[in-house]
Amino acid sequence: MGSVTLQFLQQIVNGLSLGSIYALIALGYTMVYGIIKLINFAHGDIMMVGAYVGWFATTTLHLSFLPALVLAMMASAILGVLIERIAYKPLRNVIRIASLITAIGVSLFLEYGGMLLVTPQVRTYPPVFPDTIYNIGGIIVKYGDIVMIVTSIILMVLLHVIVQYTKIGKAMRAVSFDTEAALLMGINVNNTISATFAIGSGLAAAAGVLMGVYFNTIDPLMGIIPGLKAFVAAVLGGIGIIPGAMVGGVFLGLTESLVSGLGWSTWRDAVAFLILILVLIVKPSGLFGKNIREKV
Amino acid sequence: MGKWMNRQSLVTILGVLLIYGIVQGSIFMDVMPPFVALTLIQICIYVILSSSLNLINGITGQFSIGHAGFMAIGGYFAAIVIVKFHGPLVLALLVGAIVSAVAGFLIGLPTLRLNGDYLAIATLGLGEIVRIIFLNTEYVGGASGFSVPKTINWTWAFGLTVLSILVMRNFINSTHGRACISVRENEIAADAMGINTTKYKIIAFTLGAFFAGLAGGIYANYMYIIQPMTFSFLKSFDILVMVVLGGLGSLTGSIVGAIVMTVASAALAGLPEWRLVITAVLLVAMMIFRPTGLLGTKEFSLSFLGKKGDKNAASKN
Amino acid sequence: MRKIFSMATVALLSLSLVTGCGTTAAPKTSDVIKVGGDLELSGGTAMFGQAAEKAIKLAFDQQNAKGGVLGGKKLEYVSGDNKSDAGESTSAATKLATQDKVVAILGPMTSGNTLAAAQVVSDNKVPLITPTGTADKVTFENGQVKPWIFRACFIDPFQGQVAANFASDNLKLKKAAIFIDQKGDYSKGLAAAFEENFKKSGGEIVAKEQYVAGSDKDFRATLTRIKAANPEIVFVPGYYQEVGLIVKQAREMQMNQVFLGGDGWGSPQLVDVAGKTPLENTYYVNHGAMDDPGMAQFIKDFKAKYNADPDTFAALGYDAANMLIKALESAGSTDSEKLRSALENTKGFQGVSGELTVDPKTHNPVKSAAILQFKDGKSVFMTKINPK
Repeated sequence: MGSVTLQFLQQIVNGLSLGSIYALIALGYTMVYGIIKLINFAHGDIMMVGAYVGWFATTTLHLSFLPALVLAMMASAILGVLIERIAYKPLRNVIRIASLITAIGVSLFLEYGGMLLVTPQVRTYPPVFPDTIYNIGGIIVKYGDIVMIVTSIILMVLLHVIVQYTKIGKAMRAVSFDTEAALLMGINVNNTISATFAIGSGLAAAAGVLMGVYFNTIDPLMGIIPGLKAFVAAVLGGIGIIPGAMVGGVFLGLTESLVSGLGWSTWRDAVAFLILILVLIVKPSGLFGKNIREKV
Repeated sequence: MGKWMNRQSLVTILGVLLIYGIVQGSIFMDVMPPFVALTLIQICIYVILSSSLNLINGITGQFSIGHAGFMAIGGYFAAIVIVKFHGPLVLALLVGAIVSAVAGFLIGLPTLRLNGDYLAIATLGLGEIVRIIFLNTEYVGGASGFSVPKTINWTWAFGLTVLSILVMRNFINSTHGRACISVRENEIAADAMGINTTKYKIIAFTLGAFFAGLAGGIYANYMYIIQPMTFSFLKSFDILVMVVLGGLGSLTGSIVGAIVMTVASAALAGLPEWRLVITAVLLVAMMIFRPTGLLGTKEFSLSFLGKKGDKNAASKN
Repeated sequence: MRKIFSMATVALLSLSLVTGCGTTAAPKTSDVIKVGGDLELSGGTAMFGQAAEKAIKLAFDQQNAKGGVLGGKKLEYVSGDNKSDAGESTSAATKLATQDKVVAILGPMTSGNTLAAAQVVSDNKVPLITPTGTADKVTFENGQVKPWIFRACFIDPFQGQVAANFASDNLKLKKAAIFIDQKGDYSKGLAAAFEENFKKSGGEIVAKEQYVAGSDKDFRATLTRIKAANPEIVFVPGYYQEVGLIVKQAREMQMNQVFLGGDGWGSPQLVDVAGKTPLENTYYVNHGAMDDPGMAQFIKDFKAKYNADPDTFAALGYDAANMLIKALESAGSTDSEKLRSALENTKGFQGVSGELTVDPKTHNPVKSAAILQFKDGKSVFMTKINPK
């Protein structure tokens, strides 16, 4: 019995650390969605670009971890703003599905453009965190796990503060609530949206670098699956809601770990999607979402 | 009016027969390069897929991105009938399409209450669930795939495509089709006008699933092998791209979209590393400069045959 | 009027198809020999296909520099992408066989994609050599050999058997866990053979778990289960990208068992991914030996050309290409029947992954295997096992 409890607790730890990775990606996802209601399928690929910039900075430029992280976040922020200006902005006022197709296009471009540029070969990150392992009564926690969980909580709080209490955050909320009205009230909508993309993409890059460090390997297609999972996490928590992304990510991570822990690892993704659908059916706007009936 | 219709129908029938005749003739005379023949059959498959997704996304305005799941259901059930029960091809295709339609109905019932992006993610999830179920089913070969003999030829593929398009066209032009369009245009207004919006959403979803299943069946019986990986969400994206590229809500648009994407993919086969990069750039540029797709929805006021003429105009321009 | 329009549509349609797909058929002059590659150049397993393509190009360049084949004819490589998809593999093979009129096709890398191409090449009488399509039924199905399909790699049962015998006879271990890649025929085939042979020698399989290659990066949930089953050895028949992460994460979870794998481990990158220390106490089955002089030369040439280390996929792609070159020479012509029989009678071909003889009855190569052990981040040759 003791061993079962131990296994269960270990799976909770595994799930928390996996979930914080999803949450980290989902934060940026949900922010971008919140403001322009666009499922930015390229988010996972921006994360990949961030991971590569970080890798390049640490291996070729021999930067230490923090400068590399900052560089990756800045590069991705610029990339995110560029993508928004070039690909999404012209489509802001036409049917939403066109922007979605554009997002798919951008995503393909980053994946396969990246493959051309850096080859599909797996790259390995140099070790950044110490290899310390804590054994707490049989439950094993890695140094990296703690970094991941702490980072995602800090970023979530930071983001929440930005959105709720700063001027730019207020502008973001205004644009998200009613773009036209925000414009009439003198808010620079374009700049606000660009700022959102910059922050969202910077967060993606942070997630990418952390993922690269944590899992040791990066490749040009690394963004697809985590991107999809993060999107699921964001919807699960209520898309557009920052604490929701965190809760959704952790919930998804825990679900996956527990399903795998029961020996159904191959059904893991199916169970995750099933839970998502059930949640949506019961509460169509996600766990934390406000239920608004769309009006004409 | 009636006379005008008849003349148009006659021309269309002639046109369709001519396409069939030219291709069949050149296959028969052995002058048709097999790669072209294969591309033509792929076009048929994608035409059915994109026009059936158009029924859901374009006509009814419901945002579904799990079409590959229905294609998988149709493909696998058709393959089971052929391989495990040695049934005839017609039965196999029919079983595949019907099982897919039933799945569409069962899935549509609860999920179609969702709106917009929530429906999108739910259908995407369902598509993945379907794929994972086949992946975990050793009876149909699991991950390694399910070998199916090739029994589809040009006659079958083309005939079924024409038949599917006809049925879909008639559906769109029927009362039910109009009701679906009203759901797309304004759900609340449609509701107020006494249209059972849920019913029409489910009808469109079921019909779309039926034809996606049929296309899956054709695919399975043509490609020698089906694998769960083929039906991942990326395949759903491919189909969605065709629909939007051609013009959301336009049946001929979906046909054109499917042809353009399939031919582009075949034409770029010699540049594998660049293929997807070029496709991506074209896609983004296309959406920026013509977000309504190649044809837009403008031919809606015209009949199917009128659109045929437009298609000519479009391809000539 | 409309009739004209309809006609125009048809004309345009057929035209667009012909011009679209029909890269003008190259002159069938005899100074070049075209060889096609139906490979995974994009999509989920692009890494395998691109590695093999590089090696194939290297092999052809080297041969052309030596004066080509069949008395001065140059080899020309025609690239085809199957997008890591079975259906696309059929189309790529069709294009190569009928449009480009290649004399042979190299690839695909996965068994499923190879099976999808098999019928097309047989119909068109174009020999196909898959570098890494390891599943049994790729060349031999329902008691019949597929005359046009060949491979450069081991088949799964042999490798699984070698691994199982090594675990029970040499390491004297009795309790094994198996961690399988659910998406790979290769992994499943190896796992089945391992299980059968390990049980035969009195061993016990205490846990059997699966992961999904390409999408999983976090294996701890399943490793926790394996750890709880308390095996003495964990057999992981997978590819190095995942294996590296699995071994690393297992060690982090303080699982100190022996880890054992197949030739999918064979890449210098495994050490980068897993790290030196975690790889202590691990073994894998590979072709011949990595310290083989041919292999060393290949690694050097590959590095010189592409500035990257070749992996097993590259090595087997290289062997497939050279196997074809040798068959072309011994056939003395590009005639497909002659080429086919030359391939079928390949004997003692010295590839970089070891000596290879094709069994005409099954088209399975008879190759010897080696067990390698990791010591301080280097794979060290332990023992060689010959096929029966």
